[in-house]
Amino acid sequence: MSLTPDWAKLRADFPILNQQVHGKSLVYFDNAATSQKPRSVIDALVHYYEHDNANVHRGIHELSNRATNAFEAARTRTAKFLNARSGDEIIWTRGTTEAINLVAATWGSKHLKAGDVILLTEVEHHSNLVPWQLIAQKTGAKIAYIPVTGDEGTLDLSKLDSLLTSQVKLLSLVHISNSMGTVNPVAELCAKARKLGIVTLVDGAQSAGHLPVDVQAIGCDFFAFSGHKICGPTGVGALYGRYEVLETMPPYQGGGEMILSVGYQKTEFKHAPHRFEAGTPDISGPIGLHVAMDYLDAIGRDNIWKHDQELANYAYEKLSALKNIRLFGPKQNRAGLVSFLLKDVHAHDVVEFANTAGVALRGGHHCTQPLMHKLGVESTARASFYFYNTKAEVDVFVEVIKGIQKFFT
Amino acid sequence: MFDDINDLYQQVILDHCKKPRNFHEMPQCSCSAQGFNPLCGDNLKLFLTLDGETIKDASFVGSGCCISKASASLLTENVIGKSKTEASQMFERVRDLVTTGNTTGDVGKLAVFAGVYKYPARVKCAILAWHALIGALKGEVAPVSTENEQT
Repeated sequence: MSLTPDWAKLRADFPILNQQVHGKSLVYFDNAATSQKPRSVIDALVHYYEHDNANVHRGIHELSNRATNAFEAARTRTAKFLNARSGDEIIWTRGTTEAINLVAATWGSKHLKAGDVILLTEVEHHSNLVPWQLIAQKTGAKIAYIPVTGDEGTLDLSKLDSLLTSQVKLLSLVHISNSMGTVNPVAELCAKARKLGIVTLVDGAQSAGHLPVDVQAIGCDFFAFSGHKICGPTGVGALYGRYEVLETMPPYQGGGEMILSVGYQKTEFKHAPHRFEAGTPDISGPIGLHVAMDYLDAIGRDNIWKHDQELANYAYEKLSALKNIRLFGPKQNRAGLVSFLLKDVHAHDVVEFANTAGVALRGGHHCTQPLMHKLGVESTARASFYFYNTKAEVDVFVEVIKGIQKFFT
Repeated sequence: MFDDINDLYQQVILDHCKKPRNFHEMPQCSCSAQGFNPLCGDNLKLFLTLDGETIKDASFVGSGCCISKASASLLTENVIGKSKTEASQMFERVRDLVTTGNTTGDVGKLAVFAGVYKYPARVKCAILAWHALIGALKGEVAPVSTENEQT
């Protein structure tokens, strides 16, 4: 494990955190929705537009070379960030959602047929449900689910063997649940799936920037994440795909950049990853993301994970001491978030009151409507943490929750 | 701790959210409509009993935040005894009120929603029941969603 970082010093790298909201110091606890950006990432975007902006993979001129080099260096950096074998296994997308849609649309259209089964879990985000429903409708494949146990949000693996039938062609599951904070045993599940020839996808939206990720150790065929949740800019994310699988997949969108040669009737496509990247991409996004990944790895994602868990356990413990509160997510090995409901106070009212006290929470179904339905709730309130948050902020948050309970009694 | 929020959570609103009026199903209703706010999952069903052009009785069931519940509760009180046309006019007044803070004509107790416009994310909560009302009066079958509300 790397040396313990100076958390207060790191927090000072985030200009946005130093502000008052409704006359109170901002407590930003909506990190599962999006993270804030350090000065170095913001500077990298400005620097790119002030010095190096040009289109990539087209020009011979100096600026185009610089832009292309920086764009491709970010791809190689992303491969290292996930421990992929090479940058050729990294496809730029707009984020996790587009990455999963890409796999569903290309791998799915090529490999799924009527009667096949797509295996998901009941804790999935809409982004790992709806793309599969769309491709299932087109191909006639069916969707099955690994059940969730209840409020703890952990997977019930007792029925796993009976779910892993010979019809299952793909297993897609979330690494860390955005609404529950569950950490799923992805390596164990991917290993089981691989033995049966099942292709696997891990939704890493909540994990990539919070704990060390090694796609080879996980043993997944695909891994998707978003830049904006890991201190990078919005609008960029990446799909890792095992090269042998990527090469079996048809293009995603058609256009420039992804072709070898084009005729009026027929086109030859580039190899992965460029086959999946039509048109001028987001160039500043990967460049900013590169700096974000350097920043996180300088801190050490093992350290970030430890800090996340400490805050989450601290918050969970303090909230558990309150009356008339329902807490969601696992009691053990909780990721950096706490989801909860107050008795007789709707989550939106909680979030509105917290807002006036300068505390940014999320309230709603967290894009996990089927899970909310299963748990018999419409929504929860959620506090989600990152390395720049502090125990003192958790104390402020808990006092606010107590105040809300008092107001509504 | 919550000094700024009293313009939204007025006493009348809190009272109606904690003790909603006319909060029950109405099996013998003339018409009903479901209101659904996909953003937060708020979901309510509004029932009307008509006597010719007049709304004789109104009730609702469902779940949602304090604002949406209080709005539905106050709506039922407001529209009982009104004609269909008067109720539609009231919808327009309330819509103006919650989106701009101003409205023309008397809105009675519904004036407590005058602060909602300062909280753009909550306009949909305040207007949900009113959309359901219009849906019920028009006899719409599909659930009414707030997603097309221009705010």
